[in-house]
Amino acid sequence: MNALLVIDRLTVRYDSREVLRALSLEVARGEIVALMGPSGVGKSTALRAVAALQPFDAGRIVVDGFALAPGPVPPESRLVPLRRRVGLVFQAHALFEHLSALDNVTLALRHVLGQSRSKAEAAAAVLLAELDVGARASAWPSQLSGGEAQRVAIARALAPDPPLLLMDEPTAALDPARRSALGTTLRHLSEQGRGLLIATHDAEFARGHADSVVSLTA
Amino acid sequence: MNVFVLLLSLAAQGPARAPHVLVWGGDAEGGAPFVEADPTDPSKVRGFDVEVAERIARGLGRRTARFIQVQWSSIDQSVERGDFTLGLSGVEETPVRRARHAVSIPYFEFREVLAVRPEDAGRIHGLADLRGRRVATLGATIAYDLLVAARDSTGLIPLSYDDDVHPYADLVTGRVDAVLLDHIIAERALRRRGGSAPGFVILAQPVSLGHYVGVLARADSVLRDSVDAVLREAMRDGTLEQIFRRWDVWDPSQGALFDRVVRSSAAVAPAGSAAASHVLAYLPSLARAAGVTALVSLLSMILAVIVGLSLASGRVYGPVWLRVATTLYIELIRGTPLLLQLFVIYYGLAGVVRLPAFLAAVLALGLNYAAYEAEIYRGALEAVPRQQLEAARTLGLSELQILRLVRGPQALRFALAPMTNDFVALLKDSSLVSVITVVELTKQTAIYATNVGSWVVPGALCAGVYLAMSLPLARLARRLERRWRPAA
Repeated sequence: MNALLVIDRLTVRYDSREVLRALSLEVARGEIVALMGPSGVGKSTALRAVAALQPFDAGRIVVDGFALAPGPVPPESRLVPLRRRVGLVFQAHALFEHLSALDNVTLALRHVLGQSRSKAEAAAAVLLAELDVGARASAWPSQLSGGEAQRVAIARALAPDPPLLLMDEPTAALDPARRSALGTTLRHLSEQGRGLLIATHDAEFARGHADSVVSLTA
Repeated sequence: MNVFVLLLSLAAQGPARAPHVLVWGGDAEGGAPFVEADPTDPSKVRGFDVEVAERIARGLGRRTARFIQVQWSSIDQSVERGDFTLGLSGVEETPVRRARHAVSIPYFEFREVLAVRPEDAGRIHGLADLRGRRVATLGATIAYDLLVAARDSTGLIPLSYDDDVHPYADLVTGRVDAVLLDHIIAERALRRRGGSAPGFVILAQPVSLGHYVGVLARADSVLRDSVDAVLREAMRDGTLEQIFRRWDVWDPSQGALFDRVVRSSAAVAPAGSAAASHVLAYLPSLARAAGVTALVSLLSMILAVIVGLSLASGRVYGPVWLRVATTLYIELIRGTPLLLQLFVIYYGLAGVVRLPAFLAAVLALGLNYAAYEAEIYRGALEAVPRQQLEAARTLGLSELQILRLVRGPQALRFALAPMTNDFVALLKDSSLVSVITVVELTKQTAIYATNVGSWVVPGALCAGVYLAMSLPLARLARRLERRWRPAA
């Protein structure tokens, strides 16, 4: 059993309403798993629980040996190993508005990993180039198109080199040509040995690009 | 139309026009023996100036004298406006006053005397011994002009107060080293402190002499001549002497003054310098006062930003008790007048810690504005979208790093415009610190305006200086906002 991510009977309640009931899935290294389902079915909630952005009520989450238990989210100081293992790309990208594309990517390299500015910028430039937005390094987030912003957000999440990448509705703002390019990018990332968990309501994208699909129903 | 006629007739019959009443103005806040509210009937006033006014009214054939309360420093302007006919309340004779208004002959001679702490009495004999020392007096008086003139020659530090009680209180506590005021005020202060150890002594040798006069509107010079005639008569028939004896302010120098005045119909040479009215003469002191305003505002704002940031962090990040404490502070400060806070910090705390006036001014303004800044910063911190903070968390940044690298910089953009507004407001609120003797731009302008007897030129100059400081600030803020806001 060499799963990178194990979600075991994950249950989340808001007040008394169950948003997620006993969700179980696994993501192996090099695997792309799509978490499918209509809007409001708890896909984002599952990703947020894995990223320790919100508490859950029952079940267990293990990321590469680091376990999260039900109850309140632990303080950040106890989450350092998790932060190194999980990258999250938000649906709305959530790029830092006051930083250029390049500085969005170097932020964690410099201030979490303690790299020098020049080393961090060199690494960020490589990442941005791989994601085909190298030319936009000095642009502000508000100057980027939806697809460009998404790729910068992916670069930002990948910068600390986490083995697991979570993506929330990555195709929501993309035209068909861009969707296909995104699929290629994700495949490339998985071939580097990363595990990817993609929350999406886009059945066609999930069928076309994921290795396995987990369906949630309302 | 009828209403208009009615108003006109009412205005024509205004207080200064009723023929059988002499309406006179003075400041009962100045107190005895000049003018004070009668303790047995506070609706009436008493004092030697009250009796002088009544004597003048009688001499002019008026049935009564009616008193109108006016702020002492505004007597000249009020009499010209026609609020009353005669201003009489320890009004000093100055060349400027004589040039701008119809001024009576002097009816009382006062001595400008120095008060010092008993242990200094052996060393201080005059202004020349006060190099580098702080000397207090009332603003807009001959005494203040004397101190300002002595600042350049002897290097003493003049301090202007709005009342004549606190200068002596501050002398006793050591905040100032001497007080220069009329001997009547000094002796009254001595009586007021009473006891065997009042905490200060009055030096016998006067710094200079001055005279009290009545002031009338410039157009009333004919009436002024009648007032002069009545005063001369009262000097001759002894009624004026009786009044002064009744109030225990009679001394031989008054007799000498009466002799001189009665003998010569020409006015007694006024004390004080004649150069006071020139605009250029005031520019250096206005520039210095503008510097004080700028410095007080700048230091207060720096303090307000630092304390405001701490308060806002406490309110956003702190545990419950800290959130409650910071909220209490903010509501207390925002809910009470800045003027009150100034008084409490300067005078109220004097028993515990004796802060220099400038420091107290910066503290009061800074701590007051900190409450407003804190609310701006809290609002700005909370306006940063939650996803930005979550994105920073998933990258592994600590809470402190998130505040420093993500939340703070973004909040700053939201806070910039309201902060600049506050700084401009603070610049103007800094004029309040004159109540604790810091002479800043507005106070200096008021002194200037009183001396020249007009607000037109000083007011315009003062407004120009304030605008010169606030307009560039607003411009800077707009530019920063544009630069920090990513292009849409």
